[in-house]
Amino acid sequence: MATSTEQEAAAGPQPKPPIQVLYCEVCTFPPEFCEFGSSLTKCKEWLKEEHPDLYDRYYSEEALQSKMGTMSLEQQTKLEQDAAKKEAKAEAKADAKMKKKLASQVQIKRIQRQKNKYVTAIHGLEAFDIDLKKAAKLFAQTFATGSSVTKNLQGQDEIVVQGDVSDEVFDMIRDEKGVLKGVPEANVELVEEKKKK
Amino acid sequence: MFKKFQPSTDISGQTAVKSSIQRSIRAAILSQWKVDSDTFESIWPKKENITLVKCRDHISIYALHGEPLFFQHFDGPFYPTLRLLHKYPFLLPVVRVDRGAIRFLLAGAHMMCPGFTSKGGWLPPPEDALSAEAPVAIQAEGKEHAIAIGITKLSTEDIKNVNKGVGVEVITHLGDDLWALQKV
Repeated sequence: MATSTEQEAAAGPQPKPPIQVLYCEVCTFPPEFCEFGSSLTKCKEWLKEEHPDLYDRYYSEEALQSKMGTMSLEQQTKLEQDAAKKEAKAEAKADAKMKKKLASQVQIKRIQRQKNKYVTAIHGLEAFDIDLKKAAKLFAQTFATGSSVTKNLQGQDEIVVQGDVSDEVFDMIRDEKGVLKGVPEANVELVEEKKKK
Repeated sequence: MFKKFQPSTDISGQTAVKSSIQRSIRAAILSQWKVDSDTFESIWPKKENITLVKCRDHISIYALHGEPLFFQHFDGPFYPTLRLLHKYPFLLPVVRVDRGAIRFLLAGAHMMCPGFTSKGGWLPPPEDALSAEAPVAIQAEGKEHAIAIGITKLSTEDIKNVNKGVGVEVITHLGDDLWALQKV
């Protein structure tokens, strides 16, 4: 919000110091704009907890009164309705995303390339917010083999690791090594794909 | 411009910028923004090298240590990012819209003239009038921080006179995909 005095003193009179702006940790907006976001109730809770003085400034009775400003009552009620609707929508969206996440599967597929040569394809990690590039790098490092992110036949991204490392990958996901976090064990399945004769 | 912007598909590459080009960028910005060279030095120190992040549709974002500072469309004017503008609100001339417009602004709509001319809005007085195609910071009635960055489509005097249709086109606003892009 306001620049602190010590900062001004340190920077001297010439270069104007930057204003430190507080951003809401829930919706990333400056708190005065939370009311237009899609998570007002959560933002309010956060602000009340972290910065009670600001909470009073933005959400006290007088503040709400003066906020009416140039708007008519009609507009105000419409705005409130819209906000509530938006919030409900955002919540439903988050819910659906969560459900989808729980339902999605990670597939570890062993694919035969030659008689006794295999590659391991890992598919579906991105649903758990795992950076595929980083994960591929991790596999390459731990197994000392080639590992890359490629598009499969369906056009989806998957990680292909050279060599048969399916069990090891399974263990790594279970133990949540490095970036491989947040995948429930039950959602991981091992599959084998034989080369077609 | 940043209404639909997905970093994974819309960014085509990052490169370091040649120092001679950096010098011309610096000069261009100093002439375009209302900023003195000392303050700008603290935004972008002379020693630091900036990275150019090339994006689709000829958008170039310039980033310092992975943090987007300003961007440009084709050879157009440089716009600061909204986060930078919050820190240094004097960079761009200010216009203000009334409270009723905030909702639409946050949905990415361009700003219509009546939003500026109504009671809650504010335009620079005739002596500081802005011409058309000038980058502006858009503030909102009763709010402290800028809510969006736009470019005027009419001069501010024309906005007052015509009072109809699009007055300022919104380039980037609070909560759009550039706002979400905190690190590149």
